[in-house]
Amino acid sequence: MTLRNLKLRSVHYRKLILSLIKQAGAGHTGGSLSCIDILNVLYNQVLNVSPNNLSDPNRDRYIQSKGHSVEALYVVLADKGFFPAKELEKVCGYQSHFVGHPTRKVPGIEHNTGALGHGLSFAVGASLAGKIDGRGHRVFVLLGDGELAEGSNWEASLTAANYHLDNLVVIVDRNGLQITGRTEEVCALEPLEDKFKAFGYCVRSVDGHDVRELSHVFAQVPFEPGRPNLILARTVKGKGISFIENAADWHHHVPTDEQFMQAIRELDEVERLLVKDLEVTLREDAA
Amino acid sequence: MASAQVRECSERSILDQEPMQLGRPNLDEFAETLLALAKNDRDIVVLTSDSRGSGKLTHFGRTLPAQMIEVGIAEQNLVGIAAGLASSGKKPFTVSPACFLTARALEQIKNDVSYADHAVRLVGISAGVSYGPLGSTHHSLHDLAALRAIPNIDIVVPADNFETRAAIRAAAFYTRPIYIRFGKRPMYNLHRANTPFSIGKAITVLQGTDVTFVGTGETVQPAFVAALRLRQQGVSAGIISMHTIKPLDTEALLKAALRTRALVTVEEHSVNGGLGEACAATLLQAGATVPFRIVGIPDEYTCTGSQAEILGHYGISASGLVEAAENLLHNERTTCPT
Repeated sequence: MTLRNLKLRSVHYRKLILSLIKQAGAGHTGGSLSCIDILNVLYNQVLNVSPNNLSDPNRDRYIQSKGHSVEALYVVLADKGFFPAKELEKVCGYQSHFVGHPTRKVPGIEHNTGALGHGLSFAVGASLAGKIDGRGHRVFVLLGDGELAEGSNWEASLTAANYHLDNLVVIVDRNGLQITGRTEEVCALEPLEDKFKAFGYCVRSVDGHDVRELSHVFAQVPFEPGRPNLILARTVKGKGISFIENAADWHHHVPTDEQFMQAIRELDEVERLLVKDLEVTLREDAA
Repeated sequence: MASAQVRECSERSILDQEPMQLGRPNLDEFAETLLALAKNDRDIVVLTSDSRGSGKLTHFGRTLPAQMIEVGIAEQNLVGIAAGLASSGKKPFTVSPACFLTARALEQIKNDVSYADHAVRLVGISAGVSYGPLGSTHHSLHDLAALRAIPNIDIVVPADNFETRAAIRAAAFYTRPIYIRFGKRPMYNLHRANTPFSIGKAITVLQGTDVTFVGTGETVQPAFVAALRLRQQGVSAGIISMHTIKPLDTEALLKAALRTRALVTVEEHSVNGGLGEACAATLLQAGATVPFRIVGIPDEYTCTGSQAEILGHYGISASGLVEAAENLLHNERTTCPT
């Protein structure tokens, strides 16, 4: 997928996330919007996983430790054909297996998450299995920055380094906010990059909304043989919608009708500019 | 501790036709069984939390180093990693003291193993009050209660070497989460080698018509001795080894309730939420109103002492169980003259 198409896809996903949350009357708006560009690049550019190879032991794994941002995962999986998009009408519905956090009952989801601080240990286990069996698969795990206060992440990091898991790719959605407010006020994390380095990771810091940068950094995995990979993705919580960006109280707010329409208008405008830019390029190419 | 048990069991050899043979700790039986299984199945991996020595797995680590994963003192990580390994086709056995495994990592057991349905074998070693005088930090008297309330995990508490060996062999081929817990003192062999064993099916060791002891794990042994003493006194005492706490063999329990005048459950666990309450709920809901007594650790942090001293203090001993049964039968006679 070209970079321009990836950008357009991000806009499309953002609209779907908002529609999904609006329709379900529940969801985690800010976090889904902050990680969607990462998921976009992973599923459209990086992971060798598809509805056809879900039982292939050599498939790449994606684990979403920040399970509350499940809406981002649902819209991407539907787009990639893991289940019909119409299924999303059931999200959070009575007796639906589309729960408000990821579960394995949804095709394409590798692990049940939602309680924070669980995804990384699981990913370490899946990476270890790959090493023991000599398989080439990689394991990508997305952590929120707020959940880094869970000590289990640091336990898992010790093991990842101890077993030289260079097939493990940890991505931190560093949007700087959690439900109560700024991470640096709730439980200060900085200097975060130094902490990860001290724990044995090979760290790359990127703009978590720049699909070009993301594509580039994922292509470099493993960053260094024998060391686990960590991508510190600098993001904006609520990215893409002016009044949701960087607002802690949008952690799990559901937009009103008016807010929803305003958000869609903003995304329509971004889409219009991207398409216009594309048309100009195509005309120039033709000339 | 050992001498008290030897004394009780030698009494049994006087009472019974066939002397009970002293085996080894269930822990040793577990370690040897697992090594034999792992030699033939490279997908079996053992995870320890600085517990290979406590788990008698040092030899395993030397023999099959590629099949042993050490995570250090980090039980949450231990269980989470095991779930990830299981998701990728491995057959993980996590081996850690029962007290830490089931309390520190309870959320990982609930979410990463049971809710997500990954076939992790959780092995709780030095269970109950095995650590004796080390104190309540090291006792696991909550584990059965905690795990009973979590869906999708089976719970097995083997009594002797035979049950331990059979449970570990079954676990190697299990396709759903399972928790197995046992202690570390030598056990007498209760069963013959050809005794049928399957998870979820209790073993009726002796049938009685006056009182039946329903024991689990290593408490089956004092219950056995108690039953033999009662028989010598003319009381028809039976014994069931309820090695599986979940799913509970309700059929065996209800049959015992029908054929016997009283039931005594016994467990090395809190009286809250363990075998006794599981049996009580089953009996009451089936309309069986047999005189009933739960013997276990009361709702308190235990007194200090060796394992045998603590168990004796709370009546989890042959003499304590004889007394519990006699009281129950006496009360039944005085309150139910027919």
